[in-house]
Amino acid sequence: MKLKVPSTAGTAESNDIMVALKPAEAGGIQISLQSNVMQQYGRQIRAVITETLQSLGVENAEVDAVDKGALDCTIRARTAAAAYRAAESDDYKWEAKK
Amino acid sequence: MKRYTKDRLRRSMMFVPGNNPGMIRDVHIYAADSIMFDLEDSVAYTEKDTARFLVYNALKTLDFGKKEIVVRINDLSSGLGIKDLEAIVPAGVHVVRLPKTDSAQDVIDCEKEIEHIEREHGMEVGSTGMMAAIESANGVLNAREIAHASDRLIGIALGAEDYVTDLKTTRADGIELLFARSMILNAARSAGIAALDTVFSDVNNEEGFIAEATLVKKLGFDGKSVINPRQIEPLHRVFMPSEKDLNKAYAIMEAIEDAKKRGSGVASLKGKMIDKPVVLRAQRLIALYEAGTRVDDQED
Amino acid sequence: MDVKKIPHISEIGNHGAYAGIPAKSVSTFDERTKSGNKIVENLEAAIKASGLKDGMTISFHHHFRNGDHVLNYVIDTLAKMGFKNLTVAASSLAGVHAPLIQHIKNGVVTHIETSGLRGELAEEISRGLMDFPIVFRSHGGRAAAIESGLLHIDVAFLGAPSCDPYGNANGYSRDDDDGIACGSLGYARTDAKFADKVIILTNHLVPYPNAPFAIPESDVDYVVKIEDIGDPAGIMSGATRYTKNPKELKIAQTAANVVEAAGYFYDGFTMQMGSGGASLAVARYLRQKMIDQGIHARFALGGITSQICAMHEEGLIDKILDVQSFDLDAALSLKKNHLHQQIDAVYYASHLHNSAVNKLDFVILSALEIDVGFNVNVLTGSDGVIRGAIGGHPDTAEGASLSIIVAPLCRGRIPCVVDHVQTVITPGAAIDVLVTDQGVAVNPSRPDVAEKLTAAGIHLTTIEALRDKALAEVGTPDPIRYTDKIVGLAMYRDNTVLDVIRQIEE
Repeated sequence: MKLKVPSTAGTAESNDIMVALKPAEAGGIQISLQSNVMQQYGRQIRAVITETLQSLGVENAEVDAVDKGALDCTIRARTAAAAYRAAESDDYKWEAKK
Repeated sequence: MKRYTKDRLRRSMMFVPGNNPGMIRDVHIYAADSIMFDLEDSVAYTEKDTARFLVYNALKTLDFGKKEIVVRINDLSSGLGIKDLEAIVPAGVHVVRLPKTDSAQDVIDCEKEIEHIEREHGMEVGSTGMMAAIESANGVLNAREIAHASDRLIGIALGAEDYVTDLKTTRADGIELLFARSMILNAARSAGIAALDTVFSDVNNEEGFIAEATLVKKLGFDGKSVINPRQIEPLHRVFMPSEKDLNKAYAIMEAIEDAKKRGSGVASLKGKMIDKPVVLRAQRLIALYEAGTRVDDQED
Repeated sequence: MDVKKIPHISEIGNHGAYAGIPAKSVSTFDERTKSGNKIVENLEAAIKASGLKDGMTISFHHHFRNGDHVLNYVIDTLAKMGFKNLTVAASSLAGVHAPLIQHIKNGVVTHIETSGLRGELAEEISRGLMDFPIVFRSHGGRAAAIESGLLHIDVAFLGAPSCDPYGNANGYSRDDDDGIACGSLGYARTDAKFADKVIILTNHLVPYPNAPFAIPESDVDYVVKIEDIGDPAGIMSGATRYTKNPKELKIAQTAANVVEAAGYFYDGFTMQMGSGGASLAVARYLRQKMIDQGIHARFALGGITSQICAMHEEGLIDKILDVQSFDLDAALSLKKNHLHQQIDAVYYASHLHNSAVNKLDFVILSALEIDVGFNVNVLTGSDGVIRGAIGGHPDTAEGASLSIIVAPLCRGRIPCVVDHVQTVITPGAAIDVLVTDQGVAVNPSRPDVAEKLTAAGIHLTTIEALRDKALAEVGTPDPIRYTDKIVGLAMYRDNTVLDVIRQIEE
């Protein structure tokens, strides 16, 4: 998936995360993160964002994320939504629950 | 395997806005029989995509215990409904709630889409349940055909806000909904499925809520939609059988057991023969009672 | 008369024979109160008169909560007067006391004792601001330390919303309240009784006698009138409202059912509620049960809120024992209801006596964290930063026959049921039941309670299962990194060291 435009997804409410994406040509996935649970979960939040983008075939992106204690499934949802928005695509790849 | 059960307790269906991660995450702790994640009216048009991603990921990840999981999709004519189905059917929703159902054809169209998606993902065809919300005069008049339109239907529901607008009236004491409720109830019963009542939106008016719940219970409805966890307990209390009725039900079931032990096909209580509807009613009453007395329905 | 000739006179305490009265005053009461009273012109004069020296211990109460202006004013004054090396022994500290940071840096204050710590001061201390570890004591532990001399107070600086010229001080005034009322002065009373010197700071000097009074003039040395003792809005707001948060309500309702099922809900029962949303809301469900079953409570203890007072006025609670009033309604109830009794910290919770906490049937308490050993932390956050107060937690938990912790399974992404709490404040041996939004666990030390709850149809789980459920929901957090430096000591109510708090690593 190729990111074309800057995008955001998510809100500033508790239990949510606001993910802002900017396309980049190189440099891999660069994440700037603010979180109210940084000490306990900062590492995990970065890992989920990176994993989600990579699974969508995004190799380079600037990520600006503001987290208010979102669960992993919310982080995945917001990151994926932001990626599709940035790619201006609605060719979603849904997978069946195992 | 089917992900839904036609015959189950549906006293309460808790509405949860599909774009609210906090509520999605917490809803399973409340005692509602069913949870309904909403992709339709509670989600702004510009956030339909983000809500879909959120509900999709929640369904795939979170543990909602033994509750029935319903998702209200956008109507198919908007073009959003199909996109919703493409996400939530593979994510494992138990029951798809179709809004604004005006005719049997709406149900058939939706079923076709679901079937297509099930095949695409190698899922068992027919494993996803459906329910139809009736929200217009047309829908009410077509209630019987709607209720019979698909084997997947677990129930039909009244969506009163749109309906009263269609009728050129507003929500009042309930008289304005009497015809629709009666139609929907009779249509549901004729198809052997559940009849589910609309929301009561003034969360702080517990008295009004209880009055409305009492009315629909009297009519014969299985349950009602709730928009705040605070409405669940009063609703379940309304559906709690009275002690007198309950004692009678237990007496009936005892008489049946006695008859069985005696090898007799005919059971009687106080000289009156017990026929099948009486037994069914007694069984249902006891099931309601047992559900209502569970202090805490958490599982380990 | 020769007194010495009276048989056994040496065994009777006396000062010899009567020799006439001193000159009798004939001026009016009004004239008399203008002289011969304890009013000192300003704080500096009172401090000088008190004999305070570098290195001594001064004390404060926390009845003005986050609206307190007394502590900062006193320490500023002491700093200007050149005092160094003081120990501040406050019954608790709040966010408003952040200016202490400067006075710690400039050496005016070198040691702190308190029940709790919040805000910037707590952050700085968690990051290693002080060389000397903070001593955290429970309300009962502090009372016991003071009365036993373990914590010796040289000078107590006690703010009072009303005081007369002789030092009879109170948290309100039956004459009229001058914009400020804090209700009970329970913690201040213990300081006043045992401190060497006591200075009352009041904004509201009322004519003698300031009846009723919390602190009697016999405990007071100096009275200073100042303009500003605190911000009424920060001291207390009107009425504490019941939470509308459905999760807290669910927890509260379950807790009320637990109390009833466990056999501690009977006519004449005794109780205390913590001040958290869920613990307070338990009162709402108990109230309904009391009305439905015609049951009343003998007394409610503790920090008192509007809800408890309303139940008292409805006739559901016979008496209130109030060590600290949490809202204005509680303060006003203390003022008007004669069976609403103000008590001091020793009476409330000192382990050296059979204090009021020992007469509790049950207490409902909150927790920041609880671990699989039922140990509770109410002091340090999950990030290791101090952000709470011990309060009466261990005192009531140990004293009550049934101690119930109410807590959500998780707060946001932070699990509340964990393997090990950051800091043990109340040991698991004092805790009987944990009620969360996702299940109830009974301490294995109370099989009797487990049996009763099960018999009543309350589904029980284990605390390990709750921990697993929490972790499954939020994921396992990375451990907090600490340095070796100890920044705080958590004392148990008997003033033994229960746990240490370390500096967080940046």
